[in-house]
Amino acid sequence: MDIIVCVKHVPETAEAEIKIDATGKAIEKTGLVFDINEWDDYALEEAVRIKEKSGGTVTAITVGPEDTDSTLRKCLARGADKAMRLTDPKFQGSDSYAIAKILQSTIKGLSFDLILTGALAGDDGYTMVGPILAELLGIQHATMVKKIEFDDGVAKVNRELEGGLEEKTEVKMPAVLSIQTGINEPRYVSIMGIRKAMKKEIKVLGLADIGLSESEVGETGSWIKVEKIFVPPAEKQAEFIKGSPEEVTTKIAEILKSRGLI
Amino acid sequence: MTEIFVLAEHRQGQIRDITFEMLTKGKELAEKTNTDLTAVLLGKDVKEHAKTISEYAKKVFLVEDAKLENFNSEAYQKVLSNLTKEHKPLLTMIGHTSFGVDLAPSLAAALKLPLATDCIDLAFEGETLVITRQMYGGKVNVKAKVRKSESYIVTVRQAAFAAQKPNISGETMEVSSPLTEETTEKRFIEYVSPPPGGVDITAAEVLVGIGRGIKDESNMPMVEELAKALGGVLACSRPIVDKGWLSTDRQVGSSGKTVKPKLYIALGISGAFQHVLGMKNSDLIIAVNKDSNAPIFSFADYGVVDDLFKIAPALKDKIQELKG
Ligand SMILES: Cc1cc2nc3c(=O)[nH]c(=O)nc-3n(C[C@H](O)[C@H](O)[C@H](O)COP(=O)(O)OP(=O)(O)OC[C@H]3O[C@@H](n4cnc5c(N)ncnc54)[C@H](O)[C@@H]3O)c2cc1C
Ligand SMILES: Nc1ncnc2c1ncn2[C@@H]1O[C@H](COP(=O)(O)O)[C@@H](O)[C@H]1O
Repeated sequence: MDIIVCVKHVPETAEAEIKIDATGKAIEKTGLVFDINEWDDYALEEAVRIKEKSGGTVTAITVGPEDTDSTLRKCLARGADKAMRLTDPKFQGSDSYAIAKILQSTIKGLSFDLILTGALAGDDGYTMVGPILAELLGIQHATMVKKIEFDDGVAKVNRELEGGLEEKTEVKMPAVLSIQTGINEPRYVSIMGIRKAMKKEIKVLGLADIGLSESEVGETGSWIKVEKIFVPPAEKQAEFIKGSPEEVTTKIAEILKSRGLI
Repeated sequence: MTEIFVLAEHRQGQIRDITFEMLTKGKELAEKTNTDLTAVLLGKDVKEHAKTISEYAKKVFLVEDAKLENFNSEAYQKVLSNLTKEHKPLLTMIGHTSFGVDLAPSLAAALKLPLATDCIDLAFEGETLVITRQMYGGKVNVKAKVRKSESYIVTVRQAAFAAQKPNISGETMEVSSPLTEETTEKRFIEYVSPPPGGVDITAAEVLVGIGRGIKDESNMPMVEELAKALGGVLACSRPIVDKGWLSTDRQVGSSGKTVKPKLYIALGISGAFQHVLGMKNSDLIIAVNKDSNAPIFSFADYGVVDDLFKIAPALKDKIQELKG
């Protein structure tokens, strides 16, 4: 089976201090560590597992500047056979709709049986690229996928619903499946894998190569235009307990005691 | 006069909360934009639901068809495309749920209408739709303009708006289903329930919730001891279940359990909305996180900005000491 995996290179922000930049429309990116989007990590692993079982190829594709190569190299080291990067200054300001159009115009010329994306990108979290890509390609999709089985031209997937419930749904192939975390356990990269990956070629394409017009990408080709970003107003503000671990835990113990919890 | 559509969401005979939350916000938007609020209900044998929903909206479009019995984005998209083309609603609101994220993006792309997802607030400035949403796991909010259009589509975050029952008795209008042949490319098969778990975290009075800050499976005994000292049970955020360190029945949040213990101690949990949704109504919340800007601190009663590996063992010792 030939599988295309869409991956995004995103900053890790869970533990980092976030600063809003001078434009007020984005965060300060310098100093942040970038890596493959968490959901895409699971999507790539799933693709490699399918390939290992039934043969075929895995191609990783990203839309982003040159430094996204580190994410593509990681994909190659983990078992992807080919990598493509879509880079053009005109892509700047693209939201997930414009990204989906860029991906579609590239992928439509490739041969594939399956496309995997992450359920969402951990940075701006639009949760839309997979199904839009499917619609533009004229094929089916399923999102929030936690299990995939193949059966005679269809993919039988478990979709995650709320509260731990799942639904089993069948989609005709080729299809786009958006992968939810926990579907597998992504493997570690071996030193050998990294060495091999360094030698592989990354194919780079720009706007002129994919047959889209300038107005279809970037800010003009997008649905969403960011006006400003800001720190969320707190629903309530925690009272901070300060001091040494001894002082802090003494205070917590007092609170618990006063509430009859110990 | 144009209208605002709210797509009703229901599953296994239950109307889901998000429906009433959207109807409440939809009513406010309809009043402000001088439009009508219309609920759109698709299903099979759902007249009872139509009755309930008609108490929240001026009009209910009811489309009944055996092919709409269970959610299926292919069938739903066909019906909604037809209704949207015919009525040109100013706005269509869909839940940012597993159901909504499977439907809204492809619907929007097919209709070439702009979509804004996971909105926590919505307003019209003139004819432009302005939305608020979050980025970076809830660390920042974004205010954005949606590309100008006659008709917009949004998905709305769960629990972003409080549901209120207005004094309306709306009219239900049956619309015939446009679905002719069986949907062919996508088919619902069945619901799969999670395996019954060994521990019921929803029944525990004290929960120690652990998150990715725990770093490694080898650190689990340390927090288990703390939970034990407190007479409580371990719960966790999603990454801990994804890694297989705790079983699914311990997960708190939108795709896990909703809990309301007397005490919830969050250790190394950032406070992403999907987690918070499951625990924010706990009686007392104490959060320990080394990042003073972690969103969890805007839901906690008490916060400790420190290393959990210092605080958790010290707290365990302190409790044991007090218990003697
Ligand atoms: C459809 C969907 C459903 C989801 N459902 C759920 C759900 O039900 N439940 C859920 O929890 N998540 C759910 N998620 C995932 C959610 O979006 C977050 O990714 C997740 O909650 C993050 O978990 P975390 O806080 O443990 O990890 P992170 O966000 O990585 O945060 C780790 C935190 O630990 C802190 N930390 C690190 N080291 C230390 C230390 N030594 N001492 C103190 N603090 C430390 C960091 O500062 C950081 O704040 C869902 C996501 C999606 C898309
Ligand atoms: N710039 C990008 N390049 C390649 N794939 C992307 C890009 N942005 C998003 N995706 C894919 O689309 C998924 C969903 O992203 P989003 O809809 O932006 O939340 C991600 O998990 C990726 O698989």
